[in-house]
Amino acid sequence: MEVSSDREYIYSSTELDRYEGQVIEELKASSQESIPDPDEWLDEELKRNILLTTVDAVINWARRSSPWTVICFPACCGIEVMGVSGPRFDLPRFGMDILRASPRQADLMITAGTLTWKMAPNVRRVYNQMAEPKWVIAMGACAISGGIFASSYSVVPGWNKIIPVDVYVPGCPPRPEALIHGIRMLQRKIARTPVVPDLPQLFTER
Amino acid sequence: MTVALSGKEIASQIEEKFPGSVIESSQESLVVKTDSLLPVAAYLKDTDNLKFDYLNYITAVDYYSYFEVVYQLTSLEHNHTVVIKTRCHGRENLSVPSVTGLWQGADFQEREIYDLMGIKFEGHPNMKRILLWEGFQGHPLRKDYL
Repeated sequence: MEVSSDREYIYSSTELDRYEGQVIEELKASSQESIPDPDEWLDEELKRNILLTTVDAVINWARRSSPWTVICFPACCGIEVMGVSGPRFDLPRFGMDILRASPRQADLMITAGTLTWKMAPNVRRVYNQMAEPKWVIAMGACAISGGIFASSYSVVPGWNKIIPVDVYVPGCPPRPEALIHGIRMLQRKIARTPVVPDLPQLFTER
Repeated sequence: MTVALSGKEIASQIEEKFPGSVIESSQESLVVKTDSLLPVAAYLKDTDNLKFDYLNYITAVDYYSYFEVVYQLTSLEHNHTVVIKTRCHGRENLSVPSVTGLWQGADFQEREIYDLMGIKFEGHPNMKRILLWEGFQGHPLRKDYL
């Protein structure tokens, strides 16, 4: 198709420009006063909405509701973690939307896979770089005991040789439901953790 | 599809150029002497009707009385392939010439074979363990490793 004059196509018609100008003029005329912020309720709402609770309950609620996971998945259970974090099993409903690439911004390590002795110092370093409080879920047979590689020359027989583990999730690999069950168990464990240490206990031998 | 060339035919071609370098040959593969591995490999790479410009893999096998190092070569130009092998006898101080000068891809695989089988590759620019840590005792893929 032949286009006769390209100028007619790229410039708007004068009628359209006039209409636009009209809209702007009307909006300008009706917008001379700033919109008020009705904030009188702030004082009385504060009076009505103070709750009394314990420090443990609030802080543990905050901690267990968003345990961000560090990306440290050395083997095939990592694929299962990806499945769990996907839309079908929906890990984000536990506040675990973000698999954190930096250990300094993570609270939880899911040890998805086989750990070799060559990798072990790096995993220990990643764990040490995580900020307190931090938790570890041992996911799968390899993470619990070394699994089928337990007697191998190069495999660590259980991640608990390297880092302290809170929850063990068996399976090879565990079903997503099993991992979610493990996360729920960890949340119950966090809920019971004393946040403020019992001061006299600090000075007695444990 | 890639044509697997007959080991016997290539062996006869190599024998013309390097007499006495081929120990045995079959339809699938040919075995060359360790001493003449490098000139034979260079010949396979550079000869016009062969042109094996791509190294698929190197691996090694422990046959108790000797170790066999296996190379599969492919020519991307002619779309054909061949398997050549070389043997080293004994259990200690084994060495095979490195082919990293011909095919860069041999670098990590030769280190892996050294790591797990204990065969040194002479002329390799960085001959040390790759999977296990420095100071590991033994070579775990050997049949007598326990």
